Amino acid sequence: MVATAISCAVQGLSGVPVTVEADVANGLPSFTIVGLTDRAIQEARERVRAAVRNAGFDFPARRVTVNLAPAEVPKEGTGFDLAIAVALLRTGRELPLDDVACIGELALDGGVRGVIGVLPMARRLAASGIRRLIVPAENAAEAALVEGTEVIGVESLAVAVAYLEGRLDLAPTAAPPMGELIAPGGVDLAAIRGQSLAKRALEIAAAGRHNLLMLGPPGAGKTMLARALAGLLPDLGADEALEVASLYSLRGRLSDRPATSLRPPFRAPHHSVSRAGLIGGGAGLAQPGEVSLAHGGVLFLDEVCEFPRAHLEALRQPLEERRVGVTRVRGTVTFPADFVLVAAANPCPCGRLGQREAPGCRCAEDAVLRYQARLSGPMRDRIDMVADVPRLGGEALFGSGAEEPTAAVRERVAGARARQAERAASTGVAANALLGAEQLVAVSRLDVRALDALTTAGERWRLSARAYHRVLRVSRTIADLAGEERVTRQALLEAFQLRGQSE
Amino acid sequence: MTGHRLAAGAGCWPPGLADLDQLGGSCGVRSIWLEGELPPLPGVALVGSRQATFAGLEAARRIGADLGRRGVTVVSGFALGVDAAAHRGCLAAGGQTVAVLGCGLAVDYPRSHRGLRTEVSLRGALVSEYTAWDGPRAWHFPHRNRIIAALSRAVVVVEAGEKSGALSTARWAADLGREVLAVPGSILGQANRGSNRLLRDGARPYLDVSDLADVFPECAVPGASDRRRRPERPGGEAANPPLEAGDHAARLLALVSAEPVPRELIGRALGLGASGLAVLLGELELEGHVRSLPGGLVARPRW
Repeated sequence: MVATAISCAVQGLSGVPVTVEADVANGLPSFTIVGLTDRAIQEARERVRAAVRNAGFDFPARRVTVNLAPAEVPKEGTGFDLAIAVALLRTGRELPLDDVACIGELALDGGVRGVIGVLPMARRLAASGIRRLIVPAENAAEAALVEGTEVIGVESLAVAVAYLEGRLDLAPTAAPPMGELIAPGGVDLAAIRGQSLAKRALEIAAAGRHNLLMLGPPGAGKTMLARALAGLLPDLGADEALEVASLYSLRGRLSDRPATSLRPPFRAPHHSVSRAGLIGGGAGLAQPGEVSLAHGGVLFLDEVCEFPRAHLEALRQPLEERRVGVTRVRGTVTFPADFVLVAAANPCPCGRLGQREAPGCRCAEDAVLRYQARLSGPMRDRIDMVADVPRLGGEALFGSGAEEPTAAVRERVAGARARQAERAASTGVAANALLGAEQLVAVSRLDVRALDALTTAGERWRLSARAYHRVLRVSRTIADLAGEERVTRQALLEAFQLRGQSE
Repeated sequence: MTGHRLAAGAGCWPPGLADLDQLGGSCGVRSIWLEGELPPLPGVALVGSRQATFAGLEAARRIGADLGRRGVTVVSGFALGVDAAAHRGCLAAGGQTVAVLGCGLAVDYPRSHRGLRTEVSLRGALVSEYTAWDGPRAWHFPHRNRIIAALSRAVVVVEAGEKSGALSTARWAADLGREVLAVPGSILGQANRGSNRLLRDGARPYLDVSDLADVFPECAVPGASDRRRRPERPGGEAANPPLEAGDHAARLLALVSAEPVPRELIGRALGLGASGLAVLLGELELEGHVRSLPGGLVARPRW
């Protein structure tokens, strides 16, 4: 006697619908699960046996074989428990609703516990036309975000079985409304005194998606500024928000950030983070790393020089391709990782370089050079702007004059984004930060005086080709913020101020 | 290439070195290794802190250039900071310079001075009393300072903290009867403690190159090329006058002296937003009137 149930295996952000087949045959009583399973699924035998019995059903004292098909797809985690139990029970009774997918972990008493990755599973199942789901009650809200899917949240196996028998009518969970005003932990620009250069750099970064390096001593406010950047970015689109929520679901981190939030995420991993934690990976199921949790938002690397060099090298792929491939023994998965990078560093090992008041910087010149050399390499090439963030004295901190609030700046950013979107129709490039060398020339449309400034600057500062491109990209965004059709001399001059000292 | 050896008493043995023998003990120099060609000696020693401030580096560069332009050899210790700035300033003005190392000539130290090393050996000489592969030991440096003092007629201490090695050069100079001068510095902070103390103890202040006139007559008259290229009022020579910013530019230049000023304060003083200030500074920087320094500071450019 063979019966089936539907579930889903995740692979990166996507997955494969899985048919759980249960066969009960004569022979010595046993319980075997096959189909490229991991340890957690093997342990499901004990959970399922106890849960079935404690939910008031009989566990067949016969030879039980469960197969998870397709059998060549590796499967991991505890989310198959419910489907295994349902398939098993179906061998002995009529459970007429058979187009319903079941996801959830079983407790020994027959309860159903939440699992990670329910949102991406729901999306994947919907894509293959499976639009009715039984999920753990605690995951029902996230699954309900998928439009057109009917989600039944259950707290126990008995309820799920009663529903599938048609004895119990459960109302589908209503999709929670998307949108939320300010992400938790957000900082308003108006709360930061002074630092006008850095703030302007944030505005430009938000408008053109440029990566930014902030140089300044500890305590100057770099972290606050980086947080404020997340507030300057425009809201995510509904699809993008769902994608971001899926990534958080995979990490089981929806408690950090509500799945309904349209605000771009802000992630600030500490420099002790592991490579898998930063880039993605992990022992079993390949999990998204911080670069993917920052997808659509801001990745802030404080004390960037303290990060292991190999980690920074590994950032090259996400910075260039806006996604990251994670290779595990069982295959490669790809996660999106399209973020604005904000790196912060001290200008020298002691952090007081260029500070006027005592105690001044006591680093030897070669120590400073060596320190700054750590900022070079593949990552530096992808950073368009450098802003000094000096520690301010009382005169600047307590000066009069209101600071511009985030809302006002965000409006300018939105305008600049709209101008880029218009251009994207012809260039195919969504943001100025992604403009390549050839596109830059066409898109910049320098006027005569701007061209003159560029030539003079090139001679004076001996700009490399890379530096030219960086300045042009940034100046294009500055012109977009000002609503200029062409890149003006003013835009270029301002971009020069953000080019950074060393090459 | 590790240069050639010169023994005491050789034909081209630098005259000043013999004076060290009179100090007795192990002060005398029996031989030196040489790379490049010795320029006319004695010269003027320019010494100071390795961890110099921007003002200190600026001063060292300028004095080095003033001397180089007059054909006075600049002697220094090839260290980071003031020493290197002095060598560079002198070379940039077309002068000749002698670098006295604290390690053998074959040792690449400090590593970041590879380029400077070539320049010095082409337009002056690298000198060391240590054999080719002797490493840069801590005790070498105060010891080689006696050679710096001996090769000079005057020692100018540019910027020295309380424990700077430059003070040992000044002591050697005093023992050898050389003129000792010091560049006066701010009494705030640590950077000038040592050099200011020298002034209190009787060293002569160095204000401009004419202070060296009694040991080097060629320093008496300020040369024509010497006048600092004061930035002209904006709008004068510039091909691209900062148009709408004319008035602001003048006020900004008045605010920024040789001492670096935080840009945040400039913006406040002029009532300019970040964007406006950046455009203005960009324009002035492009024309060479100001330059940006690390830490959000703005200063007048070097000479």
